[in-house]
Amino acid sequence: MEMSNSFLITTKDLVRTFPMGRTKIFALDGVSLNFKAGEFAGLVGPSGSGKTTFLNIVGSLDSPTEGSAVVMGKKIETLSHKQAAWLRNKNIGFIFQTFNLLPVYTVYENVEFTLLLLKMSANERRKKVMQALEWVKLADRAKSKPSQLSGGESQRVAVARAVVKEPPIILADEPTANLDAENSYNILDTMVTLNRELGTTFIFATHDQKVIKYLRRKITLFDGKVAKDEQVEPEKGKGEEQ
Amino acid sequence: MIKFLLKGIIRDRSRSLFPVITVVLGVSLTVLGYSYFNGVMTSWMQTSAKFEAGHMKIMSRAYAENADQTPNDLAFIGVENLLADFKKDFPELLVAPRIRFGGLFDIPDELGETKAQGPIIGLAVDLFSEESPEKDMLNLENAVVRGRMPQKYGEILISDEFARRLNVLPGQTSTLIGSTMYGNMAVVNFTVVGTLRFGVLAMDRGTIIADLADIQEALDMKDAAGEILVFFNDFVYREEAADRITETFNEKYSDKDDEFSPVMVTFYDQGGMADFMGMVSTFQGVLIFSFIAVMSIVLWNAGLMGTLRRYGEIGVRLAVGEAKGHLYRSMILESLMIGVIGTILGTVLGLGFAYFLQSKGINLGNMMQSSNMVINEIIRAKVTPVSYVIGFVPGLLATLLGTSISGLGIYKRQTSQLMKELEV
Repeated sequence: MEMSNSFLITTKDLVRTFPMGRTKIFALDGVSLNFKAGEFAGLVGPSGSGKTTFLNIVGSLDSPTEGSAVVMGKKIETLSHKQAAWLRNKNIGFIFQTFNLLPVYTVYENVEFTLLLLKMSANERRKKVMQALEWVKLADRAKSKPSQLSGGESQRVAVARAVVKEPPIILADEPTANLDAENSYNILDTMVTLNRELGTTFIFATHDQKVIKYLRRKITLFDGKVAKDEQVEPEKGKGEEQ
Repeated sequence: MIKFLLKGIIRDRSRSLFPVITVVLGVSLTVLGYSYFNGVMTSWMQTSAKFEAGHMKIMSRAYAENADQTPNDLAFIGVENLLADFKKDFPELLVAPRIRFGGLFDIPDELGETKAQGPIIGLAVDLFSEESPEKDMLNLENAVVRGRMPQKYGEILISDEFARRLNVLPGQTSTLIGSTMYGNMAVVNFTVVGTLRFGVLAMDRGTIIADLADIQEALDMKDAAGEILVFFNDFVYREEAADRITETFNEKYSDKDDEFSPVMVTFYDQGGMADFMGMVSTFQGVLIFSFIAVMSIVLWNAGLMGTLRRYGEIGVRLAVGEAKGHLYRSMILESLMIGVIGTILGTVLGLGFAYFLQSKGINLGNMMQSSNMVINEIIRAKVTPVSYVIGFVPGLLATLLGTSISGLGIYKRQTSQLMKELEV
């Protein structure tokens, strides 16, 4: 399937319900959004507004109850588990609130893991991993274990893990929730640089004001509906809240 | 990917230590159990063959039908001619004609009155012919505890335990009271020149060893023998060859209509030995199956604990795009690596114990006081090429089964919950 109107992600009347006893909860209730390549967008809104559910569906981790979601030309609702895994593997990077690094492996090996699934040659893997660690300024910590890293460094490794395969889309769910202000700004600066240099589309789910200041598109969700979708002027740089 | 998994196994002890210990224990016990069983069977087969059954045995048809009663009145007559022909047909085989007999053993005092008396089981073997393999085969010279080997006709050996019970010393005259081949009473004097200990309880209770010619004379069995034992010249039993030889012999020498014609039977065809061997094989199978079952359950449990402990890792791997099937297969591959490591270590440990028991053995004499099995008291393990590989069956199968079951949890993991789960 062709990518609709050059959008990387298109959702139309997206509905996702969860059973709750005899009733059902509408986590998403008719969400229609499009994302182009190179966007730096965020989903904001109170808890339970549907931010994570939206990321789940466009990240091919979940399927919509109704409506459609097309990501990189693939209809999410029609994908098998294996096809969804392949879509994530090839096209989507994830950054989580907790860093979720594999504790027994080094920084280098944590970043390398996603490339192992893509069956790249060892040389190519080495080149890409070192490049990704350069992007997040952690090349000198390649042999360190996660337990030897600070929270900020761990999240930078998680960013490197997400970008190493140079996916067109990165989904970040509250990526700064476990970081102090300085590390949050460092991470966000890194993401902005990657967005600019690689053209990667970043979509955040966040309530963190520090993240919101970096967004160029702010989508406010409320009760599973899009309350506001606006282009905003990002307040670049760090330090205002410090 | 294999290198990646191997690094994880080596670095994360909690992932590998418990399963490896489980596999090491199970495999070492399997190797040891197998080798010891093997030793028991080999010892039993060799001892039974030497003392009782031969690798093949020739009897008269009538004797063979009641062989458990050692009916010497049905013994085969014409041994010399038969053996002459047999040696022409099968020059590579060793033959040992024997007479098994029973009777009363009487020890007189200086006045000729009975001082002590007891029932005996006797074995008449060719002690003096140069071509006779008996002395070496029964290891008689080493088995003599007191006194010496018989050097002339009329001299016998008796079991040391029996001699002590009857208070008989080497050099004393004794009387065998028995029955001839034709049912008459036989009373013959012998000189006890030595006492024996074979280390085989069934033989050491009350056995006398006499020369074949003496007993043929005493029991009126000239040119007769109850049994002619036949052995492969390397003393290793080979079932297929024994079957072939038996078939050839019976075709040539045996006559179905003549109950006194000779008939040959193989080791396995005697006294339900084939059934016994089958039973032992079944026990070995049950032993290995039991280890596989127990280890699988333990490793399944370990796998479940590991899956819980690695919940985050599995979640991340699914999130970054590893398919569930790939993840499941990688878990199995990981467990097989653990299985191989554990199996190698367990095999080395098990072989160490097995070699020790092959050298030292375990004395089971006290446990076999009332046993009639012709088997050595000291039973040693026997390490064979199979001992080196037998552990791989439970080692790899158990890890494979354990992980295959515990790993199924991966398929129940809902990717839609990953974001929430990974935020914990």
